[in-house]
Amino acid sequence: MIGTSLGRIGAVALFLLRVLGQCLPALAKPRAVIHQIYNAGARSLIIIMLCGLFVGMVLGLQGFDLLQRFGSEDALGVAAALGLLKELGPVVTALLFAGRAGTALTSEIGLMRATDQLTAMEMMAVDPLRHVIAPRFLGGVIAMPLLVAIFDIVGLFGAQLIGVQLMAVDPGAFWSQMQAAVELDDVNEGIVKSICFGFACSLIAVYEGYHAPPTAQGVGLATTRTVVVSSVLVLLIDYMLTAAFLGR
Amino acid sequence: MSAPPVRIRDLHYAVGARPIFAGVDIDVPQGQITAVMGPSGTGKTTLLRLLTGQVAADRGRIELFGQSVGDTDKAGLYALRRRTGMLFQNGALLTDLTVFENVAFPVRAHARLPESVLRRLVLTKLEAVGLRGAADLMPSQLSGGMARRVALARAIVMDPELLIYDEPFVGLDPISMGVIVRLIRELNETLGVTSIVVSHDVEELATIAHRSYLLSEGRVVASGTPDELARSQEPVVRQFMSGAADGPVPFHFPAGDLAADILGKSAQVGGRS
Repeated sequence: MIGTSLGRIGAVALFLLRVLGQCLPALAKPRAVIHQIYNAGARSLIIIMLCGLFVGMVLGLQGFDLLQRFGSEDALGVAAALGLLKELGPVVTALLFAGRAGTALTSEIGLMRATDQLTAMEMMAVDPLRHVIAPRFLGGVIAMPLLVAIFDIVGLFGAQLIGVQLMAVDPGAFWSQMQAAVELDDVNEGIVKSICFGFACSLIAVYEGYHAPPTAQGVGLATTRTVVVSSVLVLLIDYMLTAAFLGR
Repeated sequence: MSAPPVRIRDLHYAVGARPIFAGVDIDVPQGQITAVMGPSGTGKTTLLRLLTGQVAADRGRIELFGQSVGDTDKAGLYALRRRTGMLFQNGALLTDLTVFENVAFPVRAHARLPESVLRRLVLTKLEAVGLRGAADLMPSQLSGGMARRVALARAIVMDPELLIYDEPFVGLDPISMGVIVRLIRELNETLGVTSIVVSHDVEELATIAHRSYLLSEGRVVASGTPDELARSQEPVVRQFMSGAADGPVPFHFPAGDLAADILGKSAQVGGRS
């Protein structure tokens, strides 16, 4: 069991090295990377914005309920902003990304393997790692921080909608306290997390797709593994990064 | 005298404990169409995978253009593959690209041609397979026969010296099959390419192949011109050429005792007592 897991981690690490080796040549043809940013990013926009709105609204409700017990409902803006920037934005976006873009990547690459498209490329002396895998990997890594930023903005709008419009928190206090309390380090924490999550989710998605057995069941299982492994990995990395940022 | 484009000597290959090839020798002469035939499951497609370096042989030597495939690194293998075109059984077209872009794909990957030159080249190849008018279609809009013709245009767009066809007639209607047969013959004659056709369509192969190899039980059991194979009195050749259900190649996959399987072991024991 432990041996298998270690072997798998080693295989993923070797695969990562091979993909990284093809990233620069892939960037030399930016059209393919831009197309993948569109696939992984723009096509995930609706679900990211919808979920961002609802998460922000829930944050507004729960935050208001909690803070008014201490008479501090004016701090709702700070609570929502820090919660979204540092934690909920990167984590929820990454989980949604794994479920939407990650599964799409895995099943697409797995089906390309199953229908001999990758083999056909190899037979044309075209390296699939450069032309298929690297652009998709880069597309995911670049799209994730952008999606997190959009999630955060829409989430803040949702929190403001509930806190200010519905619960009558003073709008001046909501925004000014947020502006005063949120520091650049908080924003940086979210950015670092989103990049790490994008890296992990994209790597798992392309790895599982590339190594999926060329059968319907094989592609299905690989797609499931993408969601499960990515989700666990995101939460694990989140804990490690949070501990590192807090210096614990 | 230059080496033949393909030379296979004493090829051994097994999947797990099951031997697929046990001492196969094949020569593919320059400029000829060589057919590799055999019953389903005899390893014809595996032979192509070995030949193109997709899998490694357990023993023996496979030479492509005089170079040993097994001793060649990835860059060398890619260099060999650039001299080779392959038509896959299912076409293997890239499903997110149009017909035009599918044919242009290897050219874009390997050469920097002006768009006007590339367009002329791709349309010429599509014209050769009769599908210039389908250049803007997506692979999902093509029939099986059309998809295979597009794949053929893609296989020849880099002007390969060797063309490999993996089961090119499977699942085609008689008209599409006739078109593919004609294209294989014309490409061989007009471009002078060497061709290997892996198939079990005896009648179609007889009309185009200069030489045929018949594989069975991991070995070459017969080779010669289509006429020579048709006249052969070897039982396995006779069975394959006539399409007999049973013979040296058995109808039944090896299995245990029928009564024991159907009635169960306890019933058999009861019957004996």
